[in-house]
Amino acid sequence: MSDMLKSYRFREEREADWRKLDLILTRAENSGVKALGDDEMTALPRLYRQAVSSLSVAKSISLDQNVITYLESLCTRAYFFVYGARTTLGERIMDFLRRGWPQAVRGAVGPTLLSFLFFFGGIGLAFFLCLQDMDWFWTFHGENILEGRNPDATVEYLLSTIYSDPSEHGQSELAAFAGILFNNNAQISLFAFALGFAFGVPTAWLLLYNGVSLGSMYAVFWQKGLGYEFTGWLMIHGVTELFAITLAGAAGFVIGGAVAFPGQKTRLASARASGKQAATMAMGCVIMLIVAALLEGFGRQMINSDTVRYVIAGTSLVLWCGYFYLPRAEHRL
Amino acid sequence: MSKPPAPARPGISMEAAQRRRARLAEQLRVGKMTRTLVTPEGAEIRLRLASVAERAGALFIDLAIQWAVMVAMWIAFAYVAAGIGFGQMHVAFAFLLVFHFVLRNFYFIFFEIGRKAATPGKRALGLRVASRDGGRLTADAVLARNFMREVEIGLPLQFLFMGGDQVGAWIALLGLAWSGVFMLFPLFNKDKMRVGDLLAGTWVIKAPKAQLMQDIVSAVTSPELGARFAFTPQQVDAYGIHELHVLEDVLRQSAPVVKQQVAARIRAKVGWDPGTGETDLAFLEAYYAALRKRLEQRMLLGERKSDKYDVGR
Repeated sequence: MSDMLKSYRFREEREADWRKLDLILTRAENSGVKALGDDEMTALPRLYRQAVSSLSVAKSISLDQNVITYLESLCTRAYFFVYGARTTLGERIMDFLRRGWPQAVRGAVGPTLLSFLFFFGGIGLAFFLCLQDMDWFWTFHGENILEGRNPDATVEYLLSTIYSDPSEHGQSELAAFAGILFNNNAQISLFAFALGFAFGVPTAWLLLYNGVSLGSMYAVFWQKGLGYEFTGWLMIHGVTELFAITLAGAAGFVIGGAVAFPGQKTRLASARASGKQAATMAMGCVIMLIVAALLEGFGRQMINSDTVRYVIAGTSLVLWCGYFYLPRAEHRL
Repeated sequence: MSKPPAPARPGISMEAAQRRRARLAEQLRVGKMTRTLVTPEGAEIRLRLASVAERAGALFIDLAIQWAVMVAMWIAFAYVAAGIGFGQMHVAFAFLLVFHFVLRNFYFIFFEIGRKAATPGKRALGLRVASRDGGRLTADAVLARNFMREVEIGLPLQFLFMGGDQVGAWIALLGLAWSGVFMLFPLFNKDKMRVGDLLAGTWVIKAPKAQLMQDIVSAVTSPELGARFAFTPQQVDAYGIHELHVLEDVLRQSAPVVKQQVAARIRAKVGWDPGTGETDLAFLEAYYAALRKRLEQRMLLGERKSDKYDVGR
């Protein structure tokens, strides 16, 4: 009697191919594309198309639940494999470094300037307020946490915080210091990115807050006539670090701007379009902060010459700007 | 409020009508969670979105894994610190801090960027991340959806543990309410997207691996069996597609006792006289084959008899 059942015959004719596709997919999912042989790779598109057409036919002629569920799952898996990204992690990283990251940064000049304005505005504001009246320092910092780098400190003490005696610090302490700073900064910059979703307002506040805290400390050193030395101490890694924080803020503003002012697109489409760009920038910030932490933890504590510090600071600024903003040929993967 | 009266159909009881309504409501609910993806070949693939409960379950598994790894690292750190002495501890501590950062932020990214597009927690529940437009899941999308976890989980937790004096507590409460919006975002949109999904243009779908089982009909291919179980058209018209699917489930999964009961009910309903030596299983398989054949024939002619109450036009 079942020789009359069309769905049964239909299944009998195609089942072997379905199972073959299933096998190939399982192999590819478990051990990657490299596990597939040449003949399997050539068979895959045909098997995939056949499974997809089997599914549409099965839906209209078969009432076997199991077959339809199976084909749906098989087609979904095959679809994601056939149309999914098959680049390796290494290729993705190279693409990110060569194209994705600089492109994302270059495409966000406006938000970067805005972020720069908030951050350095905060620094400038605190700096000038503190120069006029040092009481502001205590308003900004409350009880001191900056290892005694406050207006009451002596010039000698402040100098000792800028220049370190290499024999004094063990290497291990420097590493710990760098680790803590990186952790802190990286978490803050990811925060600045994520908070951008609330129309960028918390991002602006975060930038201002960090700027104020830096600016007031700057004023302390400036007032004691240590401006030149402090700048060298700060900028050896600060160029990279402040640049990274500015870019993280910019990433937040990219999202905030897209959500607040979607323009012609729907709010959803606008958020989606800019979310990826901003995330690329945030990822880049993490990399910059790793570089900054290395410079800070090792370079700064071991290099005590102002000139060398300034040279490193200047070089890093030129390198970063060149990397991000120099025009280059479009390269498509 | 009183229930509307059961549809006036021959032989439908109040209880059966209620069950049917419940079934249709369930179908509607499942339908709301399904999205259709049209492949470039023009075929339709149905995708089932992961429910909020499944997403939460996957998240808890992932968090538990992260915690377990972190605790293990701390224990290892304690051993190492005891071994190498206090002086060298800083290096180990710095390493631990950076490791913590990487684990917290890149655990999800690492797994979702991979071939299976799913973290171990998602994999355990048969979920995966997919691009909403059906295209490929790009690395920047994975980055975007996971960096946003910072405000979705990190921020509410920070406010939760902020506390402080009276003013501080009020600020914390306000902050918690504000950041709670991000955390509970998936509950309030039909695609169950997190804020991160929204920004990255992704969603999470349920893509379990299904096994192809033996076709039940293949058990009844011999002509003598066909001659033995010759059902009349009235007998095979007693049921519809829903009952066919239930019967399929019974045949594939149920215990012999259930099969016996189902066989007895069907025999009573269609008026089938079990001859000597007829097993329940053979009867059910034969009836399944006959019913499916009849329903598939009618389907080809454009008539879907959805269940036994469906009398058509």
